[in-house]
Amino acid sequence: MSLSTLYAMTGVALFSLGFHALLVQRHLLRKVLALNVLGSATFLLLVGMARRGGDTPDPVPHAMVLTGIVVAVSATALALSLARRLKAAQGLVRLPEDMPE
Amino acid sequence: MDRPLNWAVLSVVLPLFGAVAAFLARARAGQRIGLLISLAVVLCSCGLALQLLEYGADRYGIGGWSAPLGIGLVADGLSAVMLFMTAVVGALTGLHATRYFAPRLSHDSAQAASQAHRRRYFWPLWLFMWAALNALYLSADLFNLYVTLELLGLSAVPLVALAGGPSLAAAMRYLLVSMLGSLAWLFGVALLYSAHGVLDLDRLSGILAPGPAVWAAIALMTGGMLLKTAVFPLHFWLPPAHASAPAPVSALLSAVVVKATFYLVVRLWAQVFPAALSFAAGQLLGYLGAAAILWGSVQALRQDRIKLLLAYSTVAQLGYLFLVFSLAMAPEAAADAWRAAVLFAVAHAFGKAALFLASGNLLLALGHDRIDGLHGVSARLPITMFAFGLAGVNLMGLPPSGSFIAKWWMLIAALRGGRWELVLVLVLGSLLAAAYVLRVLGPALMGPARGPRIAVPALMEWTALALALLSVLAGITVSTSLRLLEVGNPFSPAPGVPQ
Repeated sequence: MSLSTLYAMTGVALFSLGFHALLVQRHLLRKVLALNVLGSATFLLLVGMARRGGDTPDPVPHAMVLTGIVVAVSATALALSLARRLKAAQGLVRLPEDMPE
Repeated sequence: MDRPLNWAVLSVVLPLFGAVAAFLARARAGQRIGLLISLAVVLCSCGLALQLLEYGADRYGIGGWSAPLGIGLVADGLSAVMLFMTAVVGALTGLHATRYFAPRLSHDSAQAASQAHRRRYFWPLWLFMWAALNALYLSADLFNLYVTLELLGLSAVPLVALAGGPSLAAAMRYLLVSMLGSLAWLFGVALLYSAHGVLDLDRLSGILAPGPAVWAAIALMTGGMLLKTAVFPLHFWLPPAHASAPAPVSALLSAVVVKATFYLVVRLWAQVFPAALSFAAGQLLGYLGAAAILWGSVQALRQDRIKLLLAYSTVAQLGYLFLVFSLAMAPEAAADAWRAAVLFAVAHAFGKAALFLASGNLLLALGHDRIDGLHGVSARLPITMFAFGLAGVNLMGLPPSGSFIAKWWMLIAALRGGRWELVLVLVLGSLLAAAYVLRVLGPALMGPARGPRIAVPALMEWTALALALLSVLAGITVSTSLRLLEVGNPFSPAPGVPQ
């Protein structure tokens, strides 16, 4: 197994893990972390597969990952500030359907 | 080809700068900037449409850098139609919003403060969203589309949260769903790039070869967009988000934002993916659409608040857009089916925006939007209820509305293909729509007017009526829109865009 296949497989595994956590975790902070894992999985796949021809690295995926990180940071900031306002409004950092009875 | 002005670039740049300016300005000046930019973007979209009709499709490399290095914009008929739809809905909704978010007489200082907060932040957020939408319609490569998708989500979520209260949870759910959808798209893009090494849509459509990585990419990208378009059974997030947002925001989300991700699916399935698509994949989307029509309409019938009814109606109407995928998999019917879908999307955008603006007027006038409290309201708000009725005609698919023509085309395509189950769903969907529209109109038209006389600013009533009229007019002016839609031949796998 080549190194880039290993990276790709790890990326796929992390993506599934993040997706699973996003569905089953109830605390919003954990959901936001799950989304960040999903993002990192994608970045790993992009960088792991970034080669052009033989061993020449391909700069395009690296540029994509840099942009992706900026987007992920902004989205995480928005999610965290929304979570704080939810906490202030209802006392728990959860969505209404995940509230304990 | 020498073009005097680049309308496409202006239609992205103007709202972007407007958003920053409106953010830095005070509330009053922000609103002026917003209205000015709205007018300018409407002019840009008209200019772009006329230019395309004259010169044909256009490709533009930002900063003089073309693909594969630079960022490319492509304007063809499909982009121009979406741009125009967004501009008209956006400008009229913006006018409505100037009154909807206006300071109201209130003894509660907390309420006055939150109204001021909404007034302050509506314009910057909406202009950001507008820039993201226009960039999305014009982007020609997969990664830029990811960036525009995220920009769209990041500006739409705070717009929902502007309403405060229960909308916070709805906004949070919307954000999680929206990010999951975008990341699924990006993962698909990564797979496609590792398989083929290109991001440009035209180049990709030329070399796309079926294979496991490409199929996985198509599944992930389409799945992400279905989630963001709220196609049954992935619609769970839409009704709370669209129903709890402020009325002008609901109008924008239900009319335009869900259509943007639908546009992406059409763009990819009609232009980029055909080489790797199977007949069964289209059938799957078609049956999801059919299920959405039935499920959404039945849910709409069971709601007791107007805004929730309208939100479920959006779930149902989005079903028609995906029903078309089942018809479009037959090569000889494909172009007609896509045309029907685009016309339907435009007519629904005008109609649904009118309905949500009308529901905002009712909310303002009555203080609630419960259906059982509507008795006699049409005597008090005749223009609003007339707009509701007209837009309802479009929802039911009665002539001469835009959705009548679109449904007619869908029916013909379904009959030609011998797809009786789809014919049944099309007819049932219209009947159910008639039932839920009449559930609101019935009590509103009947009974004596109760309660004190209520005043709603005239501008709020007339903007709703204008949008309702446009949804009906979309059926009458269909030949012009078709001529525009044909520019650049967006519905053929080998596009005629100059490189």
